[in-house]
Parts: sequence; structure tokens; C-alpha cells
Amino acid sequence: MRAYAAVFGARFRALLQYRAAAAAGLGTQVFWGLIRVMIFGAFYATAPQAAPMSFPQVVTYVWLGQGMIRLLIWRSDPAVEGMIRTGTVAYELVRPVDLYWLWFSRSAANLTAPTLLRAVPMYALAGLVLGMEPPASPAAGAAWAASVAVAVLLATSMCTLASISLLWTISGEGVSRLLPAAVWCLSGMVIPLPFFPDWAQPVLRALPFRGMMDLPFRIYIGHLGAGDWAGALGHQAAWAAGLVLLGRWALCRGQRRLVVQGG
Amino acid sequence: MRDAARLYVRYISASMRSQMQYRASFVFQTIGQFLICGIDFVAIWALFARFGGLKGWSLPEVALFYGMVHTAFAVTDAASRGFDHFPHMVKHGEFDRMLLRPRSTAFQLAAYTLELRRVGRFGQGFAVLVYALCAVEVEITAAKLALILFAMAGSFCMFYGLLVLQATAAFWTTESLELMNTVTYGGTETGSYPLSIYHDWFRKFFTFVVPLACVNYYPALAVLDRAEPGGFVATFGWYSPAVGLAFLLVSLRVWKLGVRHYRSTGS
Repeated sequence: MRAYAAVFGARFRALLQYRAAAAAGLGTQVFWGLIRVMIFGAFYATAPQAAPMSFPQVVTYVWLGQGMIRLLIWRSDPAVEGMIRTGTVAYELVRPVDLYWLWFSRSAANLTAPTLLRAVPMYALAGLVLGMEPPASPAAGAAWAASVAVAVLLATSMCTLASISLLWTISGEGVSRLLPAAVWCLSGMVIPLPFFPDWAQPVLRALPFRGMMDLPFRIYIGHLGAGDWAGALGHQAAWAAGLVLLGRWALCRGQRRLVVQGG
Repeated sequence: MRDAARLYVRYISASMRSQMQYRASFVFQTIGQFLICGIDFVAIWALFARFGGLKGWSLPEVALFYGMVHTAFAVTDAASRGFDHFPHMVKHGEFDRMLLRPRSTAFQLAAYTLELRRVGRFGQGFAVLVYALCAVEVEITAAKLALILFAMAGSFCMFYGLLVLQATAAFWTTESLELMNTVTYGGTETGSYPLSIYHDWFRKFFTFVVPLACVNYYPALAVLDRAEPGGFVATFGWYSPAVGLAFLLVSLRVWKLGVRHYRSTGS
């Protein structure tokens, strides 16, 4: 366990150095958020009664999403990509740790450090001047925090799976290009999921992607009542566990047929 | 001029051959682009399905704005990768080599590569554009089709100008100016809807600072036989895309200033 924590910590600290990049990204995020808010404003001005949530709720949802954007960069670990291409992945295989959790810890750091660097200033700014509201209630705030934690695990398990897929595809282009398209849309990043047509809702509800954004956000804005929290967290946790199991199984298969590229 | 065109074709065909070496990767990337970009329109469609309309605009009308701006930007994006890569060249001292060659630096960067996988982005925008042309209620005459092409050429020039300016900044910063993405990628997002739905300050910014309105909003209004209440005369859209070309020419002047300012990083 300590070994994994050390891997996580080292990577996490290294990534926290990229503060200037995060600051530059913040301006972009604010701009995107503003466009979204204005577009929703125009739609709400047209037919407010048709909306599944109130306008302040949408605004808050949009800013929550802009802060969490780095959690959605669902791709394989670039370090693993490099190792597989150059053949140094052989060193990974002889380390006295479990390969899955090693990659998992590194992916977790890859996701949390940039997210933290973006989310904290974004939420401070949005809360002060851009119309983002505080959580619907203190309890909702606590449930949101718990839900975000599980969302991180869910995202990490998916990233790790993407890294493992490299054992088959080598270049990593395929999965890491196609996956974000699905994640982006189905997580609620583009528009909050309740805005999709009613017939699409059962599908969206079943998929794991809403656990990344939509569930924590709807808990925060009070769109999901206290009675639904357990179910929401359970959905996230179940998918995270499922993806970990899938990843471990795939890694086991992949290792058996792995051909180390000579360098 | 003809010589430059021939050289451009040679540069580009070399770049294409190298890109086609990784065929499976190319296919995946193109499909990925198509899907990622398609999502934006799915979102617009979903919002229209939910709200029924947008301040008097219909879905096909918004699709016209969307299709025009996305198609044009896809071409710019594919053809301007050299400028995108430029900060990296400055940092590594590669730009020095370009200065030694007997062609202008802007030409060499423009001919650097033509990124084929942007076909996905282009195809998506084009599909939406075709949908818009089939579904809008006004009659689409040949003159209007010509105007749409003119507007897209204007958009191409304007976006290219913005990317040239973004690259020019690297002469001073040696870093890519990420904030410029707000007017390029952000500009396409903004132009996907009629500008009239936005706040006043925002609309003014995208009219007078970044002339997106001239290359997208006003020509589209002309195609849709609409006039902006209290805005320019209705015929303005028929010639406003020329502003995009002017913008590009000014940007290239600024680029020349940058080249004169250039000092090698020496690495």
C-alpha cells in the first residue's frame, strides 16, 4: 500500500508544478462557461417552463463542469504509452508491485492534480462573480464531496483500462480518440443530462459516464433529493468496481500475450 | 506565384504521404473527430427538442450558422498546423533554419502540413450545413450559395489570421498563448448560434475586435432573408465577408513585425 501511495504522491507533486498552465487554462474555461451560460439564458428566455431545472441551477452546473474538466481527459497514461512504444514496459513487469495498482495510482495522480489546480480557482472565481451558487444544503455539500471522490475513482479505473488497452493497440490512438467523444457527451459536460430527451434518459442512467459529472453536480445543486443520494453513490461505486475488475482481467490476459518491443 | 503554388503542392503531398503511413490510426482519428464534433450539434438538437425554439430561431436556421462556421474552421485548422507548431520551433531553434530558405516564413509555415484527419471535423460541419440548406424555409438561390461560399472563405481567412496572431505572440513569449483558443475554438462555438442571442458586450467583441459577425452572422442573416433589428442594413451581409480577408492581411503584417523582432533562443 505504501508503495502505491508513494507512486501517487510523486506523480501528484510533479504535476502540481504546472500552475502557470492551469492559470492559462482558467481563462479559457471562464470563456467557455460564459458562452454556455448565455446560450442557456437565451433558451430559458424562450420557454422557461420547458426546463428540467431552474436557471441558477443550470448556471451552477455549468461552472461545476468547467472546474472539473480535467477529470474528463480520459486517455491512457502518456508515460505508459511511451514505455510500450520503447519497450521499457519490461521494467514495469519486474517491479515487486501489482502492475494494475501501480498504473492505477499513477492515473489517479494524473487526474487529481490537474483537476485540483483547475477546480479550486475556478470555483472561487465562479462563486464570487460568475453566479455559481453554494450547495443546496450543507448535507448536499457533504454528499457532493463524497460523490466527487467516487467520481475520481471511476475516472481512474477508466483511464487505467485505457492504458491497459495499449497492450493490444500499441499506438494508443484508437481508444484514446474514441473514448473522449462518448465521455464528453454522456457525462453531462456538453449539456446537463436532464436536458436530453426523455426517451434517452434510461440509457444515460444505466451508463457509467454520468457518475463523472452529472451525479455529483445534481447532488450539489439539489436536483437530486437526499433520498436519491445512496442510489447515486452506489451507481458510481458499482461501476468503478466493475471497471477495476475488468481492468485486472484484461491486464492478466494482456500480460500473457505481451511482446516487448525491442529498443 | 505559380512557382509558389507548385512548391506548396509538393510540400503538402509529402506531408500527406507521411500521414497515410499510419492508416488505421488515421481512420480512428478521423472517426473520433467526426464524433466529437458531432456531439456539439447533438447538444443543440437536444436543447431545441427540449425548449422548442430559441428566441425566434429554428433549428435549421441555427444549423446554417453552425455548419458555415464549423466547415470553414475545419479547413483553417487543417491548413494552419505550421503556425500551431511554431512556438515549439522557436523554443528549439528550428525557426532559424526557415530564415535561411529562399521563401517567406509565412509561406513555409503555411506549407508545413495539411492535417488530413481534420476531414472528420469538416465532414461533420458539412453534413450540418447540407441539412440546414435542405431544411430552412427560405429559398436557397444560386446567389445565396455563392454568398455562403464567400462567407466561408471569409471565415477561413479570419480564423487563419487569428492563428497567425497566436503564433506571432510566440516571438515575444516563446510559449503558445492558450488564451487565443477562446477566439478560435471559442469563436466557432460562439458562431454556432446567431450572435443576437448573446449579451451586448460579447456581440460587440465578436463584431469589432474579432470580426466573426462579418464572416458568419451577417452573411447568414442575408441568406435567411432576415435583418438585424437596429443593426446594419440588410445588404451588409453580402459584402461583409471581405473583412475576413482584410483581417488576414493585417495579421500577416503583424507577423512580419514579429519576424523582424525575432531572436533565436540559441538552443
